[in-house]
Amino acid sequence: MRHPRKVLRPIVVASLAGVLIVGPVANAFACGGLVTPNGTVNLLRTTTLAAYHRGIEHYVTSFSFAGSDATEVGSIVPLPGVPTDVIKGGDWTLQRLIIETESRRASALTESFAATSAADQARVILETEIDALDVTVLEGGSVAVGEWAREHGFFLPPDAPEVLEFYARRSPIFMAVRFNVERADDQGVQEGQGTPVHVVIPTPNPWVPLRILGLGRQPSELVEADVYLLTDRRPATLPVAERSNGDLSQPGMVQELSERASASLMTDLRSDRGMKWMPEKGMWLTHLRINTPASELTHDLAIDASGYDQPDPVAAGFVLPEAGPGVQPILWAALAAAVLLVLMAEVTRRRSLASPTR
Amino acid sequence: MRSRSMVLAGALALLAGGSAACGTAAADPGPRTVHITIHHSAFAPALIAARPGETIRFVLENTDPIDHEFIIGNQRVQQVHEEGTESHHAARPGEISVPAQETRVTTYTFARVPARLLFGCHLPGHYDYGMRGVISIR
Repeated sequence: MRHPRKVLRPIVVASLAGVLIVGPVANAFACGGLVTPNGTVNLLRTTTLAAYHRGIEHYVTSFSFAGSDATEVGSIVPLPGVPTDVIKGGDWTLQRLIIETESRRASALTESFAATSAADQARVILETEIDALDVTVLEGGSVAVGEWAREHGFFLPPDAPEVLEFYARRSPIFMAVRFNVERADDQGVQEGQGTPVHVVIPTPNPWVPLRILGLGRQPSELVEADVYLLTDRRPATLPVAERSNGDLSQPGMVQELSERASASLMTDLRSDRGMKWMPEKGMWLTHLRINTPASELTHDLAIDASGYDQPDPVAAGFVLPEAGPGVQPILWAALAAAVLLVLMAEVTRRRSLASPTR
Repeated sequence: MRSRSMVLAGALALLAGGSAACGTAAADPGPRTVHITIHHSAFAPALIAARPGETIRFVLENTDPIDHEFIIGNQRVQQVHEEGTESHHAARPGEISVPAQETRVTTYTFARVPARLLFGCHLPGHYDYGMRGVISIR
């Protein structure tokens, strides 16, 4: 059988070279599973902003160009709901967030050295072009979306069926993204150059896909990502992030920063493309750093910024959603009725005992 | 008259022979069928028992949205396929490609000696991911 390694090597080298040459800007990579013709390449650190304001999740991530040779490189990003818009992301939003937290880290170091298998066809909800990117938003079960991807030239690694099903059970919405090499060449897109994408998703239950980052990786391979959250209040997350010990290689999901967003950050972000939705002040900034072996990244990140501090275990991928009216509510109702009957019987018995016999 | 009797007798004999032949064919159960489901890039069952010299008809149902394959052989055969260059396997005993969402059949006769064979999928990354199983022949 055809073996992927010989074909993959040029793509891998191209991706790494992009990181080395472009530096921090190339850190921004899609929060999606990268799929290629003959294997999966997921070597760059992912940077994502998930902002939630007035019931709308603003999801900003960047897709890095892996070079003209990598004609089939693309990403699949699970989404928590149907997007109302997919637009070009701001030019500096992700970079500005990195600067905000990196500079903070640098000064801190100076001071202390301290996640249905319906076989129906996938439905295309939205198609758009963002610079050299072709973006397609799909609705469908894991099989349908997998078949769509395969028929459109995406290569899916062997863990794709299970990972797609993991997402499709909660939200059958996926965004497939691929560079159009001809347009990239025409536009002079360089290897490693990122194209930011901003997805606007109305949802009552925001979450950030994390498990998809492990798509196609070996179990021991490290998934590295930076996730920035901008919320109206201090968010509660599931899983709960560990406190940073100052070591950049600290394993797990580490909370590097959690504080009210600075006025300068808010001003800078609001001045970027597509970021006018932000209020002028009062948002909370959280920076989570993920350093986790792919085998342990079997969940997503659920966010509750409502003030109730109850992030949804279903949104985190820890619990499967119930299909229709579940059994549990019926059981609870039956139990409540039984308790009520026992209480009524007891009250009746006591009344009869208390009443004078004639 | 005699010749007509002989023709009739011959016809009856042919009919009798034919029905006897049909009876023999119906009595032969043919090779045992083993149904293997491929779901989430895993074979189920992943452990199969066979007798030396037995012929098994493998029915492979791929429920995944991606292609798979089914290759029977010892460790060396698996290694050859893992490093090989064939993108697709024509139907030959014990080696078959199973396209996404489809079912394929392959029939394989095992050697007459006890052995332990493997089966696996050698599409890129699939064998390492765990797409393999064991056939115990004893």
